[in-house]
Amino acid sequence: MKVTLKIWRQPDAASKGAMHTYELDGVSEDMSFLEMLDVLNEELNGKGEDPVAFDSDCREGICGMCGLMINGQAHGPEVTTTCQLHMRSFKDGDEIVIEPWRADAFPVIKDLVVDRGAFDRIIQAGGYISVNTGSAPEAHSVPVPRDDALRAFNVATCIGCGACVAACPNGSASLFMGAKITHLGELPQGQPERDTRVVDMVAQHDHEGFGGCTNIGECTAACPKEIPLDVISRLNWDLHQAMRHGH
Amino acid sequence: MTDMPDTTLTSDPSHDEPGDHGDDAAGYYTPGEPIKDTKAPTGPIDERWQTRKFEARLVNPSNRRKLDVIIVGTGLAGGAAAATLGEAGYNVKSFCYQDSPRRAHSIAAQGGINAAKNYKEDGDSVHRLFYDTVKGGDYRSRESNVYRLAEVSTNIIDQCVAQGVPFAREYGGLLDNRSFGGVQVSRTFYARGQTGQQLLIGAYQAMERQVAAGTVEQFTRHEMLEVIVVDGKARGIIARDLVTGEIETHLADVVVLASGGYGNVFFLSTNAMGSNVTAAWRAHRKGAYMANPCYTQIHPTCIPVTGTHQSKLTLMSESLRNDGRIWVPKSKADCDKDPRDIPEEARDYYLERIYPSFGNLVPRDIASRAAKNVCDEGRGVGPEVDGVRRGVYLDFSAAIARLGKDGIEEKYDNLFDMYARITGENPYETPMRIYPAVHYVMGGLWVDYDLQSSIEGLFVTGEANFSDHGANRLGASALMQGLADGYFVLPHTIRDYLADGPFEKVAEDHPAVVEAKKAVEDRVAHFLNTSGTRSVDSYHRELGNIMWEYCGMERSEDGLKKAIDLIRTLKDDFWRNVKVLGTAEGLNQSLERAGRVADFFELGELMCIDALNRRESCGGHFRAESQTEDGEALRHDDQFAYVAAWEFAGDPDSGGMGTPVLHKEELVYTAIEMKQRSYK
Amino acid sequence: MAASGIIFIGFVLLHMYGNLKAFSGHDAYNEYAEHLRTIGEPMLPREGLLWIIRSVLIVSLVVHVYCAAALWKRANKARTTKYVMKKNIASSFSSRLMRWGGLTLLLFIIWHLVNFTIGKVNVQGGSTNDPYNLLVDTFDTWWMTLIYLAAMFALAMHLHHGVWSSAQTLGLTNNARARRNAKSLGWIVAIVIAGGFSLVPIFVLAGVITK
Ligand SMILES: Cc1cc2nc3c(=O)[nH]c(=O)nc-3n(C[C@H](O)[C@H](O)[C@H](O)COP(=O)(O)OP(=O)(O)OC[C@H]3O[C@@H](n4cnc5c(N)ncnc54)[C@H](O)[C@@H]3O)c2cc1C
Ligand code: HEM
Ligand code: HEM
Ligand code: SF4
Ligand code: F3S
Ligand code: FES
Repeated sequence: MKVTLKIWRQPDAASKGAMHTYELDGVSEDMSFLEMLDVLNEELNGKGEDPVAFDSDCREGICGMCGLMINGQAHGPEVTTTCQLHMRSFKDGDEIVIEPWRADAFPVIKDLVVDRGAFDRIIQAGGYISVNTGSAPEAHSVPVPRDDALRAFNVATCIGCGACVAACPNGSASLFMGAKITHLGELPQGQPERDTRVVDMVAQHDHEGFGGCTNIGECTAACPKEIPLDVISRLNWDLHQAMRHGH
Repeated sequence: MTDMPDTTLTSDPSHDEPGDHGDDAAGYYTPGEPIKDTKAPTGPIDERWQTRKFEARLVNPSNRRKLDVIIVGTGLAGGAAAATLGEAGYNVKSFCYQDSPRRAHSIAAQGGINAAKNYKEDGDSVHRLFYDTVKGGDYRSRESNVYRLAEVSTNIIDQCVAQGVPFAREYGGLLDNRSFGGVQVSRTFYARGQTGQQLLIGAYQAMERQVAAGTVEQFTRHEMLEVIVVDGKARGIIARDLVTGEIETHLADVVVLASGGYGNVFFLSTNAMGSNVTAAWRAHRKGAYMANPCYTQIHPTCIPVTGTHQSKLTLMSESLRNDGRIWVPKSKADCDKDPRDIPEEARDYYLERIYPSFGNLVPRDIASRAAKNVCDEGRGVGPEVDGVRRGVYLDFSAAIARLGKDGIEEKYDNLFDMYARITGENPYETPMRIYPAVHYVMGGLWVDYDLQSSIEGLFVTGEANFSDHGANRLGASALMQGLADGYFVLPHTIRDYLADGPFEKVAEDHPAVVEAKKAVEDRVAHFLNTSGTRSVDSYHRELGNIMWEYCGMERSEDGLKKAIDLIRTLKDDFWRNVKVLGTAEGLNQSLERAGRVADFFELGELMCIDALNRRESCGGHFRAESQTEDGEALRHDDQFAYVAAWEFAGDPDSGGMGTPVLHKEELVYTAIEMKQRSYK
Repeated sequence: MAASGIIFIGFVLLHMYGNLKAFSGHDAYNEYAEHLRTIGEPMLPREGLLWIIRSVLIVSLVVHVYCAAALWKRANKARTTKYVMKKNIASSFSSRLMRWGGLTLLLFIIWHLVNFTIGKVNVQGGSTNDPYNLLVDTFDTWWMTLIYLAAMFALAMHLHHGVWSSAQTLGLTNNARARRNAKSLGWIVAIVIAGGFSLVPIFVLAGVITK
């Protein structure tokens, strides 16, 4: 099939970008979305035009490296990552608008590649359990109810892709942050640092320039791992508790 | 899949007589001195690690701040090491090419992680895990290392649980286990199908905590392109900042490579797009031996290739083979029919036919090879790519009839969904199609018992080293090795080396530094200035085809020799005719790939030479010349019970590979007896 | 934000209840208005409770508007380059209307106070010291009723999202069930309050409630 691609091109962070239009023929519906872009890049390279820069690594939906705004939706029309989206979700003759994640906390590096270092810094602020290597007690010394473990796991599947931020009208990273707070907060091991964790992570989140959450809910719909809005409620709850405890 | 009955077959007379295996690789390599000392302590096997830990010298806490440690890689091996060394107070610099340490390829591991906890009271023990791993590796691994791996495996689970890794649990709140890869004990800990992700996030968080504490400095989107060796010691790396394009020099007292596996030499593999050999290969070129490079693991249950646009292959958990039946049509004429219209008697359940006792559950290498054979005969199914159908059916209709659709859904739902998303077919209705794909490499940089390479001060951990899996890796053991190396082994052995430090500072204008940096700059300039016509990816794809065809599931003398010629020709063309657009300043993804592919060429050649030299079939390495009468792998312990450690002997004029030097490390088993595998 | 919002909800509920007294006729309504001013006497001075309520409301308003403005500003700074194409797929219209809807409410409240409390403007030029008559005169004017009905629509929207949102902000919706309930409650509160308020103007205009 044949598609028309409108792609954001921006040579580097300092330059101004613009949308460019490309026609691509011979697209097979078995191609993944990124393989379709690979084919475009081969063509561009052949013509001596700079290929389109975009991020990807695992290409199986787990590393969180990929992420494009496709026709106004983060990761495109299916609930999955960009790398797991296939061209059979599109029709012959479709026009496809491709943009990078837009958030000032995720500055564009080039074309469709953005810098998500802010996520690392939010984790650095407290997204962990402090236990030095070798100082851990025997694993079975602390039983964890199966349901708690399952809930923790379900939200720990966040891949840090940033689609939640990209989709949120406020540019908030609350879903990402809430996922981590809920993951660690569900487990007995996470309790000692529960108050400081939420306070410090939220402070870092705000400092990075993400917007505040007004519970709009676009984030969860864009999330390829279907992280539920519970986690934002949990985040708020923990934050109030921490404040009550004098943080 | 190792705990299969043993038959002591070593004396089975078949095609090749013992001691008569020729020297296939003669002319392609130079024989070198054998490796005598691996630094493994002697004495009873269960005391060796304790002995080594005790003997390794300590570093005064106040000195640690002054010791700079570079760690390349943030997967399980690198991330765990960065966290642990940071906690100990060393000054750590951590590098990865992705935009966050959390994205290292360990994240993709699905099945689980082994540990000898014996929580099920089913007879597991450190010794049994050790035994299974050595046997699974087809007696081509170093026993001291493997024993240590089994020994520290239990600490890994404690550590991960304390970090908040949400392993699956039973209703009583205790950890659940499953049996994996056919072993008879349940020792695999898992977090649904995302174990690697959860373990990596644990290590990542521990590392980020040290970043906040100021002991670890993280360099993301940085690619290591050269190691700096001063007076025979590794003292730093040259890295390219992938965002600014700047070529940076980073100096240190010790360098650790935890840069993962090189399966991407095959172009199509289950590895991440960026997985590369560059870090390891650059070290190899500076003197680090490369061990057993031809040992590759091919996983039988991957989603087949659909066309020439394909960029990577997706693994489907091995567990599917528990309920799915594998078949192809008996007749070529049926290959393009709808599988549901092919009657039972026209189907060939070839694994059940050839291996009646293990059927669909034979080990990975056997299942993979059998699939290749039927497709080579022209009985493959699915779309034709380059004129061949490469796929076999994995049929659940019997299982659905037996367990009901709900039963199957409960067991495999996410895998069926994934399959449907990728192929657009509904596996509840038509049989799945699968084909083998490159998945893991057992080969890697040679290291001694301390995980130190043949370059002093250069340590190698995780999939990047060769050490623990011999010729074949058991399921759920790579994660175990990565974390064992990172959390529990390296931090002890590296201190013995660092006890002599801090070493004299190296100046940025030291000739060795200048030389390394210039080499990188020249290479970058070469790629950008070659006004060629072919894209990097097209070369990579062609190299991958050669490797897959001749150095894949089955290797033969003729094929390997042909492959070496083809690789050399293609490599020459690559250096003269590659087309890389853009500039050196700033993000340039074609440039990144060009460097990786350049190193894959040399690696590919060495892999073929190694495979050519090893005229025996062992683990993942099947030589057509070395099989029993009924086509099974035949090992030659009398001649090949060694680690092949290759030394780079580049030709300074052409810049080519020259004839690499082969150093043999004899494998001696004191705690275990060598046996031949059989699955009939 | 949630606290001030909930105070508002409490207030509008009471206020709506008061308004409905208009159905009981001139005297009952005026009595109620007078009663509001004398509750608590003699412990509190005249209009004591009213002033307590008023101050709580004023503080809430300041907090609410301040927070709203801060969030708005942060959201604008968080994404200075807009998407060329952006689809909303999961959010309600009301959730995206909060800011402009809130602003509408602010304008409405100002006008409303000028109308009934501070300025006491009778658009028909009649007397302003009889609350009941002022009410009837106001809503006998079709465009006044229209303005009020428009404001009630804005209020309904604001409450629809606001109720759910404050539950989430307070951390009370930790599972899918609680979230569904909070969303339903949003609909109920929105319909009850906006509907309840709308009755009086509509019935005045329709001539059911007369002087
Ligand atoms: C699909 C899949 C499923 C698997 N499932 C299992 C399983 O169930 N159980 C199991 O035990 N094993 C499994 N494995 C194998 C296992 O995941 C890997 O062997 C293991 O995770 C490797 O870890 P590592 O730390 O050595 O390297 P990796 O996790 O690959 O990390 C490599 C690191 O090195 C960095 N790096 C590489 N090159 C450079 C460079 N030049 N410059 C800078 N940085 C560089 C990368 O950025 C990355 O951080 C699986 C593998 C795959 C592909
Ligand atoms: C005075 C003018 C007003 C403005 C400018 C305004 C604006 C806003 C804004 C921007 C929000 C944030 C959106 C969100 O959190 O989802 C909000 C929330 C809210 N508003 Fe208003 N509003 C006003 C009046 C009111 C009134 C009169 C009520 C009730 C009767 C009200 C009830 C709420 C509630 C309950 C919330 C949700 C609070 C939360 O999520 O924590 N607001 N308002
Ligand atoms: C149709 C709808 C409404 C009608 C008919 C109405 C009517 C009135 C009347 C008659 C008064 C004067 C009462 C008195 O002074 O005793 C009043 C006061 C007031 N109303 Fe309303 N109102 C309506 C809607 C609203 C809404 C939606 C809000 C807020 C969002 C609101 C906020 C107020 C406030 C703050 C006062 C002042 C109370 C005081 O301090 O005295 N009203 N309203
Ligand atoms: S919460 Fe979902 S959308 Fe956000 S980063 Fe995690 S996986 Fe991506
Ligand atoms: S879309 Fe944005 S406003 Fe909150 S609920 Fe999600 S972060
Ligand atoms: S490339 Fe890893 S999630 Fe898409």
